[in-house]
Amino acid sequence: MFEYAPAPESRSVVEIKPSYGLFVDGKFVEPADGGSFKSVNPATEEVLAEIAEAGSGDVDRAVRAARTAYEKVWSPMPGRDRAKYLYRIARIIQERSRELAVLESLDNGKPIKESRDVDLPLVAAHFFYYAGWADKLQHAGFGADPKPLGVAAQVIPWNFPLLMLAWKIAPALAAGNTVVLKPAETTPLTALLFAEICQQADLPPGVVNIVTGAGETGRALVEHPGVDKVAFTGSTEVGRAIARSVAGTRKKLTLELGGKAANIVFDDAPVDQAVEGIVNGIFFNQGHVCCAGSRLLVQESVADRVLESLKRRMAQLRLGDPLDKNTDIGAINSAAQLARIRELSDAGSAEGAERWSPPCELPERGFWFAPTIFTGVTQAHRIAREEIFGPVLSVLTFRTPAEAVEKANNTPYGLSAGIWTDKGSRILWMADRLRAGVVWANTFNKFDPTSPFGGYKESGYGREGGRHGLEAYLNV
Amino acid sequence: MSERVAVRKTYKLYIGGKFPRSESGRSYLVQDANVSLASRKDARDAVVAARAAVKGWAGATAYNRGQILYRVAEMLEGRREQFVALGATADEVDAAIDRWVWYAGWSDKLAQVYGGANPVAGPYFNLSAPEPTGVVAVVAPERPALLGLVSVIAPAIVSGNTVVVAASPAEPLAAITLAEVLATSDLPGGVVNVLTGRIGETAPTLAAHMDVNAVDLTGVADAELAAELEVKAAENLKRVLRPAPADHDWFADPGVTRMTALLETKTVWHPKGV
Repeated sequence: MFEYAPAPESRSVVEIKPSYGLFVDGKFVEPADGGSFKSVNPATEEVLAEIAEAGSGDVDRAVRAARTAYEKVWSPMPGRDRAKYLYRIARIIQERSRELAVLESLDNGKPIKESRDVDLPLVAAHFFYYAGWADKLQHAGFGADPKPLGVAAQVIPWNFPLLMLAWKIAPALAAGNTVVLKPAETTPLTALLFAEICQQADLPPGVVNIVTGAGETGRALVEHPGVDKVAFTGSTEVGRAIARSVAGTRKKLTLELGGKAANIVFDDAPVDQAVEGIVNGIFFNQGHVCCAGSRLLVQESVADRVLESLKRRMAQLRLGDPLDKNTDIGAINSAAQLARIRELSDAGSAEGAERWSPPCELPERGFWFAPTIFTGVTQAHRIAREEIFGPVLSVLTFRTPAEAVEKANNTPYGLSAGIWTDKGSRILWMADRLRAGVVWANTFNKFDPTSPFGGYKESGYGREGGRHGLEAYLNV
Repeated sequence: MSERVAVRKTYKLYIGGKFPRSESGRSYLVQDANVSLASRKDARDAVVAARAAVKGWAGATAYNRGQILYRVAEMLEGRREQFVALGATADEVDAAIDRWVWYAGWSDKLAQVYGGANPVAGPYFNLSAPEPTGVVAVVAPERPALLGLVSVIAPAIVSGNTVVVAASPAEPLAAITLAEVLATSDLPGGVVNVLTGRIGETAPTLAAHMDVNAVDLTGVADAELAAELEVKAAENLKRVLRPAPADHDWFADPGVTRMTALLETKTVWHPKGV
């Protein structure tokens, strides 16, 4: 492997305050009945900032602020003016993208290459896209005069902190709702910087409120009787609990949950391209991706060749400092997630699958996990059934397209799938049969604000992105 | 000559294209007839039949589904008097037939109206298309028994879903008669399955069933039961249509939301290149 000189991105572009309050009604405020917690850099375990923890009284204050802003300001405002605020926000995100990217990598552990080239461009594009819908809702296919729902409670995960914020806030605001958003407790910093951007854009107070905290804060928000809409991205387990908690209410619910996607490689696929797709599918963002291609289904006749090439490619992956521009694989987001990845990987070995990782030196401090593949995996193994949410790939084989479909669909999840083949008719035949919301053919992990994203079955319901994404925030 | 003795009809369940009695052997007297009192086992059997029918029905062409649904309307038209004799008003029967025709025409238009190309920022083909969610369990409205039933079944099956429907307990004869219409309209067995009996007995089994993809609680009048069913549905994250308001006007334009609520959107990407 080549030696690379370090090429670190400067962290001086971003100023992190020692502590952050809650963003309620346009101002940063101290929590009235909550405490605080620390956000750490997962690559170094250094404490980045002290974060306010919102209690139920704080959540109530935020929901009231959102209600007032909804009734007095935001829903009566003409769509063209809502659009202009969203365009402003999109522009400020572009202008401050370096700062946001560095902050995201510091707080989340993802490589700067990804936060800079994937997350941030998609965040800005998402606000641009939905800004344009704000004054065109009557043309969106939801009737002549679709109405917003009211106050949206939004709870987002730690894997794409700012991107998930954009997926939630942009369509909600475009449709005329106001929001109370809770970022994940391990990655609150870019959401709090986004709050400053709302101030900079002169967004009317109360339209966006950010309450920080862990599960209890999220529960208080979702169960608050004053919210009309709940949107959640995260684990299927928490999604189930939320679906139970809104039962019997009139709250509209959309859920984007876990996945265990099959990435299917046929014997006629160009091996080098497929291998790039496999690597992207499972090692992008350390595998902290709900739509990750975590089950490789490779046709038996080419399995050896594909695996040999995959191992060669994996040996070239550079793991380390997320702020280094050469880094391919950054830090695992938290000690808890690292423990989960280790537990499932150990189960893979214990159940008889064969584990392999390239020679890979892990930094001494921080949370790290080497890129790993398991071969000899059966459908009964835990590592073939449960979402690992880490850089761990389970390899299974198949002989016929029908068998590939059976195995791919043999999961309670249904978020995404990949197909690698040179034969067009086979792609379309497979795509028809895969029970998944997104099918990537001869590509993987592609996202766009115009393209609806979301799952079948226990991967949740509702779509984010595109015209479809508006439905979650309208009374239809 | 003495007056002719009429041949009476036995009203039974409709499961997998057949008309079985309840496996429990139970019946209840309603509308002057002994009607099967479906058990939890009948509900599970109906789900098995509905699941078995998904592949063929969802896999049929939209044109074919539209043809079959239109055929159902033709059969309904021929039985107008029969439904009136069972208690429906002539207006209700007409509205039910017209509604069935309206939905039949949607089969080959849904994908055009609710799918389409997405202009992504890159060299990719990107297409979103709606697909049926799978097996849908439906609690039909108590009244109007025929129009309400048609208004919940047709939007579910037009896109390729299959249904298990719990019919109005107070007026189940319209549901069984509709099943006879369906059985003679080339609709494959199992696409629609009809249970008669107590909602409190069948609905919890259907809401909790792990091989059901969605529940339509439209006809659940008891708010507490509706909440309980929604909690059961959360176990495998079924799509949930909540109960209709008590004053819902079944004669009004139904809109598209009953169809779209039971669809999944699949988006396919492929690179462009030479």
